[in-house]
Amino acid sequence: MKILVLISQVPDTTARIAFTNNNTQYDANGVTFIVNPYDEWYALVRALELKEAAGAGSVTSITVGGADNEATIRKALAIGADDAVRIDVAALEAYQVACEVAAYAKDKGFDLILAGKETIDFNGGQVGAMVAELLDLPYVPLASKLDVAGTTATVERDVPGGVEVLELQLPAVIGAAKGMAEQRIPNMRGIMAARTKPLTVVPSSNPASVASTVQFELPPAKGAVKMIPAEEAGKLIELLHTEAKVI
Amino acid sequence: MSTIVFIDTRGGKLPKAAQEAVTYASQLEGGPVTAVTFGDAQGLETLGAQGASKVVVARGVSTVDGQQLTKLVCDVAAAEGATTIVCVSDATGKAVAPRVAARLKAGHVAGTIGLPQGNRFTRNVFSGKARAQVEVTSATRVISLSPNSIPIGTGGGSATVQEHAGDLGPSRITVKELRKAGSGIPLPEAERVVSAGRGMKGPENWGPVEELANLLHAATACSRPVADMHWRPHHEHVGQTGVAIRPNLYIAIGISGAIQHLAGVNQSKVICVINKDPEAPFFKAADYGIVGDAFEVLPKLIEAAKKLNAER
Ligand SMILES: Cc1cc2nc3c(=O)[nH]c(=O)nc-3n(C[C@H](O)[C@H](O)[C@H](O)COP(=O)(O)OP(=O)(O)OC[C@H]3O[C@@H](n4cnc5c(N)ncnc54)[C@H](O)[C@@H]3O)c2cc1C
Ligand SMILES: Nc1ncnc2c1ncn2[C@@H]1O[C@H](COP(=O)(O)O)[C@@H](O)[C@H]1O
Repeated sequence: MKILVLISQVPDTTARIAFTNNNTQYDANGVTFIVNPYDEWYALVRALELKEAAGAGSVTSITVGGADNEATIRKALAIGADDAVRIDVAALEAYQVACEVAAYAKDKGFDLILAGKETIDFNGGQVGAMVAELLDLPYVPLASKLDVAGTTATVERDVPGGVEVLELQLPAVIGAAKGMAEQRIPNMRGIMAARTKPLTVVPSSNPASVASTVQFELPPAKGAVKMIPAEEAGKLIELLHTEAKVI
Repeated sequence: MSTIVFIDTRGGKLPKAAQEAVTYASQLEGGPVTAVTFGDAQGLETLGAQGASKVVVARGVSTVDGQQLTKLVCDVAAAEGATTIVCVSDATGKAVAPRVAARLKAGHVAGTIGLPQGNRFTRNVFSGKARAQVEVTSATRVISLSPNSIPIGTGGGSATVQEHAGDLGPSRITVKELRKAGSGIPLPEAERVVSAGRGMKGPENWGPVEELANLLHAATACSRPVADMHWRPHHEHVGQTGVAIRPNLYIAIGISGAIQHLAGVNQSKVICVINKDPEAPFFKAADYGIVGDAFEVLPKLIEAAKKLNAER
């Protein structure tokens, strides 16, 4: 089985959020970047598990981004990807990223393409679906479980009020959510091996731009918290009714 | 110029999020609004009240296949000459809106939270810790609306309902099973949410949490460790790795307020925190707080809620 995993780089979950250039750019000063957790913990690890279970195949990781994505790519290789591809262009928006990935993947015969549920910085959850459309493949977002038998994939996902079990034929694109796999910590051997694994840098296919983020802002500050003594807890319900007017 | 709004009406009745999306579409000033849906829902003509002049429905179609639904949306959009396409940012919308955008080479705003200023759409980024303004530069635009972003419109009249005759192609995804884990109010749509964490000590103590939720017509939610320990079903887990919600009211009981939990709930309009530790970080994000033992506070809240309901 030939698997492609989409890997993106994001600020650490606890990073300070600030903007520069008149609030038009994220201020990356002093920020630690990590591999997007959905891509690393779930999409990549499940891809490796499926390859291991099949006893054959390959897992390729692909990143759209400049040379500053090096550490992210190395981490994917250290965790176990066989090889890595970097499309050498800054990732600016989802459609651009999807076009780049699709242009690379279209004639490579991948059986399965895995993306994360969303990037934890831009929270779009759209690249996977766009890649699927550009390659004319089925796509399931928010998958918390993925099994493959032959060319049939079984996917589970949380829907309001329960769990939905879906079946589809490969090739397909799947968006990985929590539950799909357990995080793997790269070991020393993996880290050493990553240094000699192939990393291919591919030029951009120059897709059209259709949208852009023009401005950032921080959300309005919260007012002070109103404390209610525990003995008078019932007053909370009263205040929610008369003051906040939410019940 | 016209607007298409794609809504999921499976399950028979018109979901709140669908009515919000139709209202939103009619306020975008993108020309007459045609709602597009599929399945067996009745009463579709009432979407006229939210501003739809027409509803196109693919009867007999019941699918979760984004390719079929994308074809449906794009076929109707072409027939109507639509340049604005509105979707809901939910599981169905997430499988369709980006696909429609890619097919039409159109910009997509993933999860906007209100009407645009000019052609700038606001959306939450960095898990609610910031907002971004997105401009679509293509001729056609696809806008996904986050649930709970706009009051449902009422004026309007009745919409004409028309059946979609075109072929949507084969379904490549089949639903094998739907394992129900409860009825109640679907979490992403809920206006009120009562949520509890590890402070509840064990699943056997959720009775009062559920009782309070019922009294307030609220959905129930939980923190991640609670779902991981199987005290509560996974679809109730809110936060960065769970569901992101933006209800009018979020009551957090015995939840510390870790940054990854806040990421999924910090957009709630009013946040109440009940925690026995006055230093719990959640109090910093709260509008109302009670420092106290959940097992003593909950009965008082339940009693007060019963009293309020009796007076109404
Ligand atoms: C990458 C990543 C992603 C994550 N994603 C999520 C996510 O999506 N959602 C999420 O929730 N977490 C997430 N977490 C975990 C998160 O960091 C916290 O560990 C988790 O939210 C803690 O859950 P809790 O508040 O229920 O438990 P605890 O941290 O154990 O807090 C329990 C709280 O209950 C209080 N308490 C105890 N007894 C009582 C009592 N009798 N009455 C009142 N209060 C009481 C305590 O004072 C304490 O504040 C994530 C972590 C990581 C690293
Ligand atoms: N620059 C990128 N390079 C490769 N994959 C990406 C990139 N950006 C996003 N993705 C993938 O698409 C998923 C969804 O991203 P998004 O639509 O931005 O929320 C991520 O979890 C990644 O798997």
